Amino acid sequence: MVVPLLKLQDLIEEIRRAKTQAQEREVIQKECAHIRASFRDGDPLQRHRQLAKLLYVHMLGYPAHFGQMECLKLIASPRFTDKRVGYLGAMLLLDERHDAHLLITNSIKNDLSQGIQPVQGLALCTLSTMGSAEMCRDLATEVEKLLLQPSPYVRKKAIPTAVHMIRKVPELSDIFLPPCAKLLHERHHGILLGTITLIMELCERNPAALRHFRKVVPQLVQILRMLVTTGYSTEHSISGVSDPFLQVQILRLLRILGRNHEESSETMNDLLAQVATNTDTSRNAGNAVLFETVLTIMDIRSAAGLRVLAVNILGRFLLNSDKNIRYVALTSLLRLVQSDHNAVQRHRPTVVECLRETDASLSRRALELSLALVNSSNVRAMTQELQAFLESSPLDLRADCASGILLAAERFAPTKRWHIDTILHVLITAGAHVRDDAVANLTQLIGGAQELHAYSVCRLYSALAEDISQQPLVQVAAWCIGEYGDLLLEGSCEEVEPLQVEEEEVLALLEKVLQSQMSLPATRGYALTALMKLSTRLRGDNNRIRQVVSIYGSCLDVELQQRAVEYNTLFRKYDHMRAAILEKMPLVERGGPQVDEEAKESKEAVQVSKAAAPVPTEPQASKLLDLLDLLDDTPEDAQHPPPLDPSPGGTLVHLLDLPCALPPPAPIPNLKVFEREGVQLNLSFTRPPGSPALLLVTVTTTNSSEGDVTHFICQAAVPKSFQLQLQAPSGNTVPAWGGLPITQLFRILNPNKAPLRLKLRLTYNHLGQSVQEIFEVNNLPVETWQ
Amino acid sequence: MIKFFLMVNKQGQTRLSKYYEHVEINKRTLLETEVIKSCLSRSNEQCSFIEYKDFKLIYRQYAALFIVVGVNDTENEMAIYEFIHNFVEVLDEYFSRVGQGLNPTSGLYCMRQATELNPQLLPIYTCN
Repeated sequence: MVVPLLKLQDLIEEIRRAKTQAQEREVIQKECAHIRASFRDGDPLQRHRQLAKLLYVHMLGYPAHFGQMECLKLIASPRFTDKRVGYLGAMLLLDERHDAHLLITNSIKNDLSQGIQPVQGLALCTLSTMGSAEMCRDLATEVEKLLLQPSPYVRKKAIPTAVHMIRKVPELSDIFLPPCAKLLHERHHGILLGTITLIMELCERNPAALRHFRKVVPQLVQILRMLVTTGYSTEHSISGVSDPFLQVQILRLLRILGRNHEESSETMNDLLAQVATNTDTSRNAGNAVLFETVLTIMDIRSAAGLRVLAVNILGRFLLNSDKNIRYVALTSLLRLVQSDHNAVQRHRPTVVECLRETDASLSRRALELSLALVNSSNVRAMTQELQAFLESSPLDLRADCASGILLAAERFAPTKRWHIDTILHVLITAGAHVRDDAVANLTQLIGGAQELHAYSVCRLYSALAEDISQQPLVQVAAWCIGEYGDLLLEGSCEEVEPLQVEEEEVLALLEKVLQSQMSLPATRGYALTALMKLSTRLRGDNNRIRQVVSIYGSCLDVELQQRAVEYNTLFRKYDHMRAAILEKMPLVERGGPQVDEEAKESKEAVQVSKAAAPVPTEPQASKLLDLLDLLDDTPEDAQHPPPLDPSPGGTLVHLLDLPCALPPPAPIPNLKVFEREGVQLNLSFTRPPGSPALLLVTVTTTNSSEGDVTHFICQAAVPKSFQLQLQAPSGNTVPAWGGLPITQLFRILNPNKAPLRLKLRLTYNHLGQSVQEIFEVNNLPVETWQ
Repeated sequence: MIKFFLMVNKQGQTRLSKYYEHVEINKRTLLETEVIKSCLSRSNEQCSFIEYKDFKLIYRQYAALFIVVGVNDTENEMAIYEFIHNFVEVLDEYFSRVGQGLNPTSGLYCMRQATELNPQLLPIYTCN
């Protein structure tokens, strides 16, 4: 059946005429049917037309896989028009996933060796676009031969093919290494460009190639110099710069070769300076070359003068009105700021101006660079600028800006008051975006600055009165008001306008925070504790506070309820202790937020739940502190005196019964394990709550006899599943009549929670005799290993 | 290294796309829509370099046509910017009808052919 054959033009017009998607699909389906029929039994001379139409249809997104075999047939045909369309089809329709692609290897091989340039060109193009690893291996030698042929047209196509082959099959690098040096001598820019890409590819994959190519650095320098100094050449110049693409490539290769290599870098120095000064920067092409030069200067081991030149060029870029150039300048300055900090500082004003840009990419870069440029001399000015930026910045930059300002303030704050002001300002402006530990840092800072207590509390109170929605601010303010409420009510701060605050106002504000929907549970906790602390600071009666506290005793939030119940108990049963418990907190150690929170919690929990613990009397306290020095080896802070069990006797053994700083598990009773002629050995146990498998045993040796114990050595053994670590003893002599005991710490790790067995061996001299004892410790309490 | 090369019109339709790294077909459409969205929303005074995921996008507008090149961060952005212009100039020289926008007729097909048969333009600049 003869079907009228549409030419490609006509097909395109028909498709364009279709008004809807459905119509278009119809037209195309009809045409595909014709094409399929024609492939089956149509005229071979028209085949290329059909395939061309099919390729167009494929570009529009319709399936065209049935044309794959046709491509093969067309490639194999001797006519150039057929080959052209066939190769195009192969590049578009075939790829590594279809097995058919290997079938064209043979055709390509034939075409490559035939010697007709356009055909060779076609074959090389196809190979470089879709050549798979097997094809590359088969055809590598052919391509290598073509690299050295006299015709530049073929050579310049062969080089990208070689690049593609190396990317697919890195082992072929050896084949393509030798021709490179020869190729560099060519004058043809296309060949040069390709060769430089090839060399870069080789150097990247193979450090031996890198060393080999360092030898050609002088040659590259020569080529670049010629490019820069020769006059206008119509063929290659773009807006006055001769072949900027080649220049950029050569500079990039020089960068790779000169990195970390003194000798090559020295050869390049003059040239780089020359390029930097001679390039015309009125158009983008010149700027591109200049930018690449700057990047190269930064990366190689260049002279100091050259680096300064590079920074100055970047500074000039920053002043340019073209946004693109400013962007690249900011990016590169950011990379430079680590190594050449002083040089970059000179451009600080311009950078700060870029903060005010409306363009998002520019302002982000400017922000990073500004944060990197803050140092102790410019911190005040910079922080002001950054704060102004914070107020107007888009949301995604706010978090970075806020944390950046806080970090800079921490490192470079000139005075504490300035530091507090800055953090306060950041919290007011962008409180929702600050990091979680900002609250802890601020409370710690305020706590440490005694002279500023009044000032901070006044300012925080005014800030809180205005706005209770910013959670970190509310938390800090609540804490401060709780701690320093008395200072607030005195209104004695000179630095701020005198604030007359009534007690009722303060309480009302804290209640508002408690009741507000916007407050997080943590914030409510802070507010409740603050209210409680105010009960001792305020002079009026505490009815209002007691009311609030008892209301919250039935709150749904468990944390709040627990606190409220405890405070209630404090009011009712332990009112005499309230003042002592709620007095001002000592300065918390800077161990991070965990320690802060736990210290607070433990202070309250330990002292409220461990009821009826009398405060230790003075002489016992001092002995206690001595023992604390000896025995306290857990890292928690040991600032608050732990309460003692009141016990008769007051022997050292009982004083050893100390709970640890954290909310303690039930303390394990001590064990006396050895007694001989007045020499006693006692064990005390601690299970740190943070590591359940760890047991700390303190061995104390005391001597109540009339003779000294000397050369005391204690050794221990445990079953195999345990790990034992013995620390150095405090000494090896115990003087007579209850002199200073020896203590030694054992660390026993019990990952399997197996029953603990301990064997001890003692050797010492006593009363003129040398004593050696080996015994197993019995009656170890169960808590030591459970 | 150049990751992809797109030509998109103002309505958001992709006219030409060439990927130098394998990307799934469905991911390609997604990528293209997002890229087009970010380019179309830029105004004239903003700079032509956008950061998108781990690529940098360098785009240039010619009448109703946007040419977008996606690169990784080892490339010199300004050189790529220049390269886009070079490409358009070559096409213009060859076909004298680039930037048609809505309905390039045979121009599109020839443009595609030119790109394929002269890959000098593209692989050489996909260095690194």
